[in-house]
Amino acid sequence: MKKNWPLWEVFVRSKNGLEHRHFGSLHAADADMALENARDVYTRRSEGVSIWVVPSKHITASNPEHHGELFEPAQDKVYRHPTFYNLPDEVKHM
Amino acid sequence: MMDNSLYNYILGISDNTLILGQRLSELCGHGPNLETDIACTNIALDLLGQTRSYYQYVAKLSEGQSTEDDIAFLRTEREYKNILLVEQPNTNFGYVIIRQFFYDVFHLLLLRELQNSKDETLAAIAKKGIKEVSYHQRFSSDWVKRLGDGTKTSHNKIQEAVDDLWKFTDELFYLTEDDKSAVISGIGVDVSLLKSSYYQIVEEVLQEATLTIPELKWFRKGGKEGIHSEHMGYLLSDLQYMQRTYPNMKW
Repeated sequence: MKKNWPLWEVFVRSKNGLEHRHFGSLHAADADMALENARDVYTRRSEGVSIWVVPSKHITASNPEHHGELFEPAQDKVYRHPTFYNLPDEVKHM
Repeated sequence: MMDNSLYNYILGISDNTLILGQRLSELCGHGPNLETDIACTNIALDLLGQTRSYYQYVAKLSEGQSTEDDIAFLRTEREYKNILLVEQPNTNFGYVIIRQFFYDVFHLLLLRELQNSKDETLAAIAKKGIKEVSYHQRFSSDWVKRLGDGTKTSHNKIQEAVDDLWKFTDELFYLTEDDKSAVISGIGVDVSLLKSSYYQIVEEVLQEATLTIPELKWFRKGGKEGIHSEHMGYLLSDLQYMQRTYPNMKW
């Protein structure tokens, strides 16, 4: 069964959500079944949600060993971060 | 004064959802995989929720004579009005899916008509159920196709379930005297009119699943009048054990 039921990653945007978030993973034989299963397992069929499923094998992840060279160089250069602006309260989610 | 005929008409609908819900609940933790297990219990919960709405309404109609729990737990086999199909056992996953599919197609056609009932409560319950039952039908049709058009073994197993359960389909369209009077008063659905649409949908899905439609000429019925198959007594003894042993308890 394991061979024919590959792993899928599930991303869900909730009713008032702005973006799809990774919710978890599940096994399914194909994309349609993955969607059905994701709805049962992760959304309890609430209205107005959007679900993305993607086969786990199609995701390329960054290598934790390369964490340093990928992410750290920016941290000591404050001018790379837009932290010097005063944002009005009305502007959210920046 | 309670309208006995209406009472019986509603039980004729809601006993189906209770008994099928009970059958699906038996599968909890025994599904072929985790996701399907969740889906089956999900459907069971939908059906039990619908049952409660109907039973609460029936209890209200009885003017304090009974509660929803009495109706579920203290009636005998002969007082149950569900069709024979829904009480059939979970022989294997093929049987579970075919039983579900045969019922879902009927259930959706029924609720689509029932939402126009002159009885506002029944219409509201039906309307709420349509969303759930559309999902049930998608789930079961999908699995009919997957199993029928799957491996040789899965094909043979589900074909056997089709052949075995086909004889219970005709009862879906049978009207008792109470059903007939509910139709006349504009409350009930004339299920005999659903028959041709029903078999058309069922046959389309079976064909797509590469399954053969049985050429059966004889059918079993009796459930709607309390004449059940041998499985029903065992099912009720499981379902009702606690209430029978400790009657009138609060839970």
